Amino acid sequence: MKSLHALHHKLSDTDTQIEILEQGVEQKLGLPLFQKKMDDAGLFPLKPTSLDIFQVNLGKMCNQVCKHCHVDAGPDRKEIMTRETMEECLRALAVSDMNTVDMTGGAPEMNPHFRWFVEECRALGKHVIVRCNLTIIVANPKYHDLPEFYRKHNVEVVSSLPFYNADKTDRQRGTGVFKDSVRALKMLNEVGYGQEGTGLMLNLVYNPSGAFLPASQESLKRQFKRALKNEFDIEFNDLYAITNIPISRYLDYLISSGNFEGYMEKLVNSFNPVAAQGVMCRNTLSVSWDGYLFDCDFNQMLELPVASPAHQHIRDFDAQALMEREIVLNQHCYGCTAGAGSSCGGATA
Amino acid sequence: METYYDPKDLKKFGKIGEFQKPLADKFFAYYGEVFAEGALTAREKSLIALAVAHTVQCPYCIDAYSVDTLEKGCTEEEMMEAIHVAAAIRGGASLVHGVQMMNKVKELSM
Repeated sequence: MKSLHALHHKLSDTDTQIEILEQGVEQKLGLPLFQKKMDDAGLFPLKPTSLDIFQVNLGKMCNQVCKHCHVDAGPDRKEIMTRETMEECLRALAVSDMNTVDMTGGAPEMNPHFRWFVEECRALGKHVIVRCNLTIIVANPKYHDLPEFYRKHNVEVVSSLPFYNADKTDRQRGTGVFKDSVRALKMLNEVGYGQEGTGLMLNLVYNPSGAFLPASQESLKRQFKRALKNEFDIEFNDLYAITNIPISRYLDYLISSGNFEGYMEKLVNSFNPVAAQGVMCRNTLSVSWDGYLFDCDFNQMLELPVASPAHQHIRDFDAQALMEREIVLNQHCYGCTAGAGSSCGGATA
Repeated sequence: METYYDPKDLKKFGKIGEFQKPLADKFFAYYGEVFAEGALTAREKSLIALAVAHTVQCPYCIDAYSVDTLEKGCTEEEMMEAIHVAAAIRGGASLVHGVQMMNKVKELSM
């Protein structure tokens, strides 16, 4: 399977995606645009509350090609962050109060400067999260020591596992992914991840394998804990239930399966003002592989930069100016405000 | 094509109160409480609802509880097993009446 980008698919154009979303919500469904909904909830314009999390997208290169990927990542994507851009990130981190560095991709570990960057972030005293797709750990012998590397640097590992069986997992993430993920989870457990008393955090991410919303995070966590322990003797700490955001490959899936309008209608009708108050873009700053700044990873993939024209690149980082920005909203944001809410840390309401 | 069942009508269920609000309000309040977490989990209740939906053969309910069970993290196997429970009870209900038939036949036969 190739990325939309490699296929020159019409949805690899971000303007086309935004147009489809806006037309879908307002014209086809006759529902209010997200900005109006936020205005009604007293949350427009939406402003940051703090700058706590620095989410760095180390590149679009990945060993997997998941059907729902909002990054359109894959082996055919070559865009990865250079060491120079990482140095610019470190300079910004050194002068800011952002205490958490959340590394994502693609598979961030495929960036040749990944380990160096983790070490430098830890040297600055930052808490480091790595969004590890699990299969990278077993993909090549050069990655087999990643669990030990994570342990040594006390990295928090956050890993996608859409279900506790092969059927649903492989349908979303590719044939054999569940088997490899189980193997990687066992390797993480062996060095202490997910084990009581070690302080080594291993958190899983659930996202629906289809055009529906996630269940209660607590209920899913109980199911996952029971099934993974009983069937595979795997332990983990927490589970984050994340709603699929209707952009990129997931948008392609929704349209081609005839679920686009139904899914958007469900997102809009499930708008929760409490979840809207707690959206992650209010305390997060997202930086792309080439150093540009965004309100979140989804805005990054839609090429909607921060609305602070003089500070749209990490080299121009200015915490005070960025705190005063207005967060850029569009129709995909309904994904973060539906039901119990959704963020990179799971439910928000 | 006109049919008695229209999928769009499911979304209008909440509007039945237009003709009789107090009873509708009571029904939906009761409905909400029934499906809340209790001695049974919301997930278990959703699977029961899916099975009952097939027993009463209500297309709206099948639509609603296929989505709800998926959203509650049920597997396809669990969903189909729930429907087999419904089918087994329905089939068993017919078959157990075979005893009545046998009683009658024995009563009338030499």
